[in-house]
Order: sequence, then C-alpha cells, then structure tokens
Amino acid sequence: MKPSLISKTFNKTQKENRPALLTYIVAGDNTKKKSLEILKSISKYADICELGFPHNTPIADGGQIQTSAYRAIKNGIKINDVFSIANQFKKTKSDKPIILMGYYNMIYQYNENKFIDKCNKSKIDGLIVVDLPYPENKPFALKCKKKGVNFIQLVSPTTSSDRLKQIIRDSHDMVYYISMLSTTGGKLKVAPKKILERYNKIKSLNKNKNIVIGFGITEKTIKSLKKADGLVVGSAICKEITSSIKKRQNAVTNVTNIVRKLKNKIK
Amino acid sequence: MKLKRNIPLIDQHDKQGFWGGKFGGSFIPETLKKPVEDLTKEFKKLRKNKKFIKKRDYYFKNYIGSPTSFIKLDNLSNHLGGAQIWAKVVSEANGGAHKIYNATVHALICKAMGKKYIVGDTGAGYAGKMLSMAAKKFGLKCKIFMGAKDIRRQKPNCDAMRKNGAEIVPVLSGSQTLVDAVSECMRYWVSNCDNTHMCVGSTVGPNIFVKICGWSTAQISRELKSQLKNEFKKIPKKIKLINCVGGGSSAYGFWSEFIDYDKKQIELVGVEAGGPKKSKLHAAPLSRNAKIGILHGAASYVCQNNEGQIQETESISAGLDYPGVSPIHCFLKDSKRARYTYATDEDALNAYQMVTKFENLNPSLEPSHAFAEAIKIAPKLSKNTIIIVNSCGDAKKDRDILKERLGKRR
Repeated sequence: MKPSLISKTFNKTQKENRPALLTYIVAGDNTKKKSLEILKSISKYADICELGFPHNTPIADGGQIQTSAYRAIKNGIKINDVFSIANQFKKTKSDKPIILMGYYNMIYQYNENKFIDKCNKSKIDGLIVVDLPYPENKPFALKCKKKGVNFIQLVSPTTSSDRLKQIIRDSHDMVYYISMLSTTGGKLKVAPKKILERYNKIKSLNKNKNIVIGFGITEKTIKSLKKADGLVVGSAICKEITSSIKKRQNAVTNVTNIVRKLKNKIK
Repeated sequence: MKLKRNIPLIDQHDKQGFWGGKFGGSFIPETLKKPVEDLTKEFKKLRKNKKFIKKRDYYFKNYIGSPTSFIKLDNLSNHLGGAQIWAKVVSEANGGAHKIYNATVHALICKAMGKKYIVGDTGAGYAGKMLSMAAKKFGLKCKIFMGAKDIRRQKPNCDAMRKNGAEIVPVLSGSQTLVDAVSECMRYWVSNCDNTHMCVGSTVGPNIFVKICGWSTAQISRELKSQLKNEFKKIPKKIKLINCVGGGSSAYGFWSEFIDYDKKQIELVGVEAGGPKKSKLHAAPLSRNAKIGILHGAASYVCQNNEGQIQETESISAGLDYPGVSPIHCFLKDSKRARYTYATDEDALNAYQMVTKFENLNPSLEPSHAFAEAIKIAPKLSKNTIIIVNSCGDAKKDRDILKERLGKRR
C-alpha cells in the first residue's frame, strides 16, 4: 500500500525537523465562500487542514468553536456543502491533507457508508469523530481504512495504559493527543513539560505513529510543544474569525496572519 | 425486539450498552471514557453491597419520606364516570418531586468515590433543587447547570437551589433550556472529571447514567406494588399506569416492577409534551415519530432535522421540554410494551384546573400532562379499571406560569 498523504506530510515535516501545523476551522463559518477562502489562504502555512462539520449540540467544544458552529448552521451550512468545500479546496491544493471533524449523529443521519464514500469521492484524507470512542469505533474505523480514509483516534490524559496500547495498535497514520482535561479552547492548565512527558510515553509505544497534540494551543503556548509530531490550533483561529466579523475586518487576512505567526514560532 | 423477564429493564442491555441492540450506548469523548468506566465499576459494586443498600433505604425512608401515599381520587372519578382514578403522590417526597431519589443516590455514590464536588443539569429545576439538597445533606460542593430561559420560568426552584448553597450556572447557548444545560454540564465534566462527580438528572445520557437513575426511581414502583396489594388484596386485573415522559425517569420508576406483567393486565401509558396546540414544535419524540439519533451520549428517538441537528422543542413544562428521551423508553416503545401519546400545553392546563378543582392535589405541569390522558380515557372505561397517575411533582414551582396562563394566583 502506498503511503497516505497524511503520512507523506509528516515525513516531510520531520525531515524539516519541525512539527506539522494543523489548523481547524468550521465549514461554513461564516459563509461557505468565506470558509473556502480562509482554508485556501491559511493552507499556505498550515500543513494539514481540519474542517469541522458543525453540530448544534457539541458536548466537547468550548465557547469559541461553539460560536463558529452556531454561526455556520445559522447561515445554512449543510453536510453536502461541507463536502463541496473540501472538494473545491482539493482541486487547487491536492497535496494538502484535509481532515473532517465532527460529531457522530451527523454521520449517522447521513448513513455511515454513504458518508465514507462521499469522503473518498471528495478526496478527504482523514476523519475525526469526537463522540465515537474506541473500541466502539473499530468497525467504523475499518470501513474508513478500506476506503482510503484515515480514521484518527483520540487519546487523552485519562486514557489508561492498557487502552493506550490497544488504541495505538489499531490506529492508522495519525493519533490525536488531547493535552489536558478540557473542552476545546480551554486555557492550557498543564505544564508543557508534563504534556510532552505523556506524549513521549505514547510515542514510545510505536515510533512510526504520528502523534499530534491539541487543545489549549495558542500563539503563546505553541513554541513550548514544538517537539511533537504535530500541533493543532482551532479555537484561537475561530476566535479570530469572530473578532474579525465584529470589527468588520477581513477575516481571511486576519486569520492568515495568525496562522503565519503560529508557523513562524515552530519553524 | 423483545423484553426479557425477571431481569430489571436497566440491565437488559448488551456489552456495548445498547437496549434492543440500538438504543443507548455511550457516545462520549475519549476523556470521559475513564470516569464513566470508573463509575460503572463503582455502581456495579455498590448495588451488590448490603451496607450501601441499607444506607440507601435508610435515607429513602428517613430523608425522602418513603413511602409516598397512594390515594383514590373519588371526586374526579365520580365527575368523569367510568374508570377509578388513583394517584401515587410522589410529590410528597422531600423537595416535592421524584428527582430526589436519583439525587440522593448520586450523592451517596459521589461520597463513596471520595469526590467532593458534584454537578448536575436541570430543566424544571427539580433535579437541580434536589441535587442541591442532597449535596448539602452530604457535605458536597454543588454546581447546577440551567438554561437561562428555565431560570426565568422556574424561579421558586432556583431560589431553593441558592438557599441550599449551590451555584447555578446559567446556560446561554442554543435554546437556553434543558438540552443546552445537559450539554454544558457534560462539557464541565469533561474539564473537571478528575475531582468532580456528574449527576445526569434523568434516565438519559451515557448508559451508566440511565442505569443509576432508573435504579433510584424504581423505589416508586416497589412502594406502589405493596400498596396495591394492601388496597386490593392482590394486583387488580385491569390497571393503567399513566406517567408523563420527558427524559423518562419518573415513568421508568413508576413502571419498573410491572413491566413483566401482561400488558392486557397492566398497561403502561407514557404522555409526552405536545407543546402549544398551534405550534409545530413539541417535545414528543416517541409519540410523534422522531428518528433515532445520538444526543448527549446515547442513541434514542430524538427531535432533529434531516441533517442531524437537534431541533428546538417547545413545552409549557420545563421538565418535559427535551428533544430526546430515555433509551429504555425507546425500547419499551419498539417492543410494544408501553404506549406513548402526548398532551398539548392546553390539555395539561385544563387537566391541572380540573384536578385542583375536584381534589386536594396540586400536580405540577409535568404530571398534569399525565392527568390530561387519564381524564381523556377514564369516561370510556369500566368501573373496575384502575387508572393510576404518577403525580410526580408539585406545582409550587409553576406558580408564575399558572398565574400568567390561568389568571388568578393559586
């Protein structure tokens, strides 16, 4: 099997001796057109782009991402629009991995198989489902793999060592480590040293897996975690979109500036 | 889809936590896996522990005031003609509603697990009020998540919570009702699960919370069973147990001992909130054929749109104003053991007026939905049919709404 685009990306960033920068925005925030523009623009600096499909009952997201999600839903975003945004993005940026992220009910209503097929057709590289944990997600993850879609497992500080081993064993190319007990967008309440300790422990289980760290990562904290394979920034970006809209400024420019600064900190 | 006999319904799920193969489960973020597993293990241990059961029964009797009375509503029965109408007056329980059972058990579990903080959600404010009472009783620090709209419409219960020393966290997202309160409470637990215990206020949420709540409210039907035997010498031949259903905790508690009976002998009737007569919105996923979806960590019938976005609900009764419903009620529906219907806001208000006119009983808007169904069907039934309504909450909390809708202060 040839390596996935996600794997290739990590190979590249590792060669450059830096972590991959992963960005998260909500599809359709605040319009379909705008979010595609933002996506295209920030991908100059981001290595992997996460695109959220918004849900109105997000049990693991903090205020910033909730605000983005509600805004997108209010502006009429539908699941098929999310696929079309991803697909259009891929037409010009075929070498940039894109990962969809969201809650299971949206997939369930769309139909699991249809959803994965559509991911495959839209050239989506990976999928994160926040409320479909291991081991319940095994059959779904397998279906994804068969269609060439990376299913990205999450692990957290509460994950026991036994579970950790099983999850790493059954994971695909990338694993998402949640830095602390928090919803998205929380203030980093754990010392970066501690987070990296835990990260190294996970990494030592299988050196070939790419482990990214997310939750609580901002311009202020990103540098301290640059030893990781990848770092995810979401809420800080969503927050910038909100503030740009409030100030009637160009969200594309403002968000791109933030992403560029983030990138510069980990080069 | 079939029910098993001689096994409590709360235990009739598969390894992954699904009832009937498709309702329930635990759709939770990874961070909550461990705390949910810990809680599951602890509960499994505690429910077999004689000392713990003794403690529970002690507090049920001496703190909650079990058993609550079982009375015949003679005037109402005579007025309507037809079936005899009885009430299980669960609102006599300490605090004024059935929510005290679940709250007390959760506080005991929290203590047993050595946690000092307890958090919970609330709609009508009863679950919150009772949790604040239990927290005070057992020396726990308590936070209650409540939608801003509900805080406005259920003020008496909010006053009680604050008096008990609990902090009310207003939830401003979404529709500002129970659905948002549960989400926010879960988010809080995600961030604080290392030292905080979470109480889900009804038989909803991830599998373990359905079980704990059902196990707690089941006390209601244990009492009723022995009260029926005392009153009628044996279980009568024709019974209808009518209960309102929001999340479904009082209904499960009211029915659990009777699920094994033939439905021709004991019919179980659940009454959901139909919302305002002229509104398209409601909170009746079972009786108005909602699709299965995932809400707050469990699969159940859920009011939602085609895409899977959770729909706004509307009901005069904050306690029933919830888009989802317990997976065990979905199971009871699909196995055809229980029948589900709905009453509108207007039906509930009319029922409230009729019950309070004829009887010395003051049911809150939630059980008024159940009374509406009883009033509707009683005249068509024979004198030997025993209708029992679970009067599971007291209307004190509804005084502002009742005043606004019915004019005079009650």
